[in-house]
Amino acid sequence: MSRSRRKWGAALGIAALSAMAHAAPPTPAMLANACAGCHGTNGASAGLAMPSLAGQNKIAMVEAMKAFKSGERPSTVMGRLAKAYSDAEFEAMGDYFAAQKPAVAVGQKFDVALAAKGRELHERHCKRCHLEGGKEFDENAAVVAGQWLKYLQIQMDDYAAGRRTMSEKKAEKMKPLTRDDFEAIAHFYASAGQGE
Amino acid sequence: MSVNRRNFLRLLTAGAGAGAMPFAARAAEIMPKSGRRVVVVGGGYGGTIAAKYVRMLDPTIEVVLVERNRQFVSCPFSNLVIGGERKLADITMNYDKLASNHGIRMVFDEVTAIDAARQEVVTAGGAIRYDRLILSPGIDFRFEELEGYDPATTPGIMPHAWKAGEQTLLLRSQLEAMKDGGTVVLTVPLTPYRCPPGPYERTSMIAWYLKQAKPKSKVLVLDANPDIVSKGPLFKKGWAKHYPGMVEFRGAQKVTAVDPKAMSVMVDGIEEVEGDVVNVIPPQRAGAIAVKAGLVGADKNWCPVDATTFESTIAPNVHVIGDACVAGAMPKSGYSANAEAKVCATNVVALMNGREPVEMSGINTCYSFITGSEAVSVAAVYRVADGKIGAVPNSGGVSPDLSELEAIYADSWLRNIMGEMSS
Repeated sequence: MSRSRRKWGAALGIAALSAMAHAAPPTPAMLANACAGCHGTNGASAGLAMPSLAGQNKIAMVEAMKAFKSGERPSTVMGRLAKAYSDAEFEAMGDYFAAQKPAVAVGQKFDVALAAKGRELHERHCKRCHLEGGKEFDENAAVVAGQWLKYLQIQMDDYAAGRRTMSEKKAEKMKPLTRDDFEAIAHFYASAGQGE
Repeated sequence: MSVNRRNFLRLLTAGAGAGAMPFAARAAEIMPKSGRRVVVVGGGYGGTIAAKYVRMLDPTIEVVLVERNRQFVSCPFSNLVIGGERKLADITMNYDKLASNHGIRMVFDEVTAIDAARQEVVTAGGAIRYDRLILSPGIDFRFEELEGYDPATTPGIMPHAWKAGEQTLLLRSQLEAMKDGGTVVLTVPLTPYRCPPGPYERTSMIAWYLKQAKPKSKVLVLDANPDIVSKGPLFKKGWAKHYPGMVEFRGAQKVTAVDPKAMSVMVDGIEEVEGDVVNVIPPQRAGAIAVKAGLVGADKNWCPVDATTFESTIAPNVHVIGDACVAGAMPKSGYSANAEAKVCATNVVALMNGREPVEMSGINTCYSFITGSEAVSVAAVYRVADGKIGAVPNSGGVSPDLSELEAIYADSWLRNIMGEMSS
């Protein structure tokens, strides 16, 4: 951000020529609104591969953006986009989305039996960080309950294939799990808020 | 009248011409304005979002959205209808939920004039006054640059399909009716035009259909530009991988004339090229109402705007967004229009409340399908530097390859962006 502000200063220096409106630096809403074309208005995603950002844990979101920026976390467009923002802007966007009313992927289909299996696996392996069935979080854990199934499956697939690295704590917990287990856990989180 | 109006607006801009209203009969006012009001013209990727975000940001401002059609058909993904991978219904929406969720007053009518001095738009039904006007009129065509092109009849023979709907279905049905072994000619105008990678995605989707249904057929691309305008290496890679011998690309081939009877186009006034299906994408300019209102710049085609507020540099209190405006380096895409609409709405609300405008930050993400299940993408973040909107250095760019994952995200892109527009 500081760089773009400096350029602004330079532009203003030469300036009366361009009758540009004088402007304040981008607000958190200005930064975040640009994301909503893909992530839904105020971060409430309409599906299927795009996660909802509304009500997300700010720490998880900022970590995710930094990992996209560095390339540590695999992505399609997110890595390319994240490179355009500063850490301070990640924080601002994180605050903005964290303050929005949490979104639930209402009406999505999931496999009831798999979700039941996923619930058990969650209880044994996930619940110490992904609190309250994944609706709440500890430290840097993400809100996972109520996300779209397709999004959850893509994340699980990245973990299972080793494309996305885990923290030591997470790796330890997830080590005994098979691909089928990952799939079941995804169905469990997708089942949240579906009137189960 | 249009000449008078242009002159009038020039006078207005120059700060003169205060009283001199041209002699045109004044339309009766409908929807009398009591409080503060924004009128938005055009219910597409830009206009719907501008209307919605003004209401979200300040519910005390009344918003009137004027749109001539009851339904909106998306240009993004219309190439997949042509390729047989989507139905038109999949990319069609109405305005009911958008209007009721946000208290937007819909007027389904054609805007015939804009009176910037009186701050009103004129429709067939009457005049609607505004405090600020947001124009998102999309594009119209410079048919007159193609000799032999009759705007009334040629599109029915050589569809452009560059406004989605009937034209999309016509091109699809022509492909379905074509014999195996036929040639589809697709012509691309010089930049700038709506959706830079669109012609090449269309080429891919036509080839995708032909490969399955008419494998002896060909697609011949005649591009007025020296080379593929957007995602070039990815399209070439995709064509070589999936459609070898089927797609022929010729750069620097500007179509100067068409002959709908002979089903041929003339390249650079010398070479005549025939096709069994001919998809002529004509050169473009800002939507007709913007041209009529004198909002286009020296190029006579596109609307210059302030990089922060998207206010016209020609007429005060009139903002122009989407394909019609010159938004620096931002491409003429659906996602750009969405992003510009939010910047514009933010700053229209700021200006109407006496607050300082906020510097823009925008994104463009754009996907193109190469096959029914593989896509490529381009993405960038846009900011103002040195008074102009440019892509943030050392970021953005195209996907490294074509992939199924890109296609999955492309599908989600459509869900979300049309979700934003329709609710």
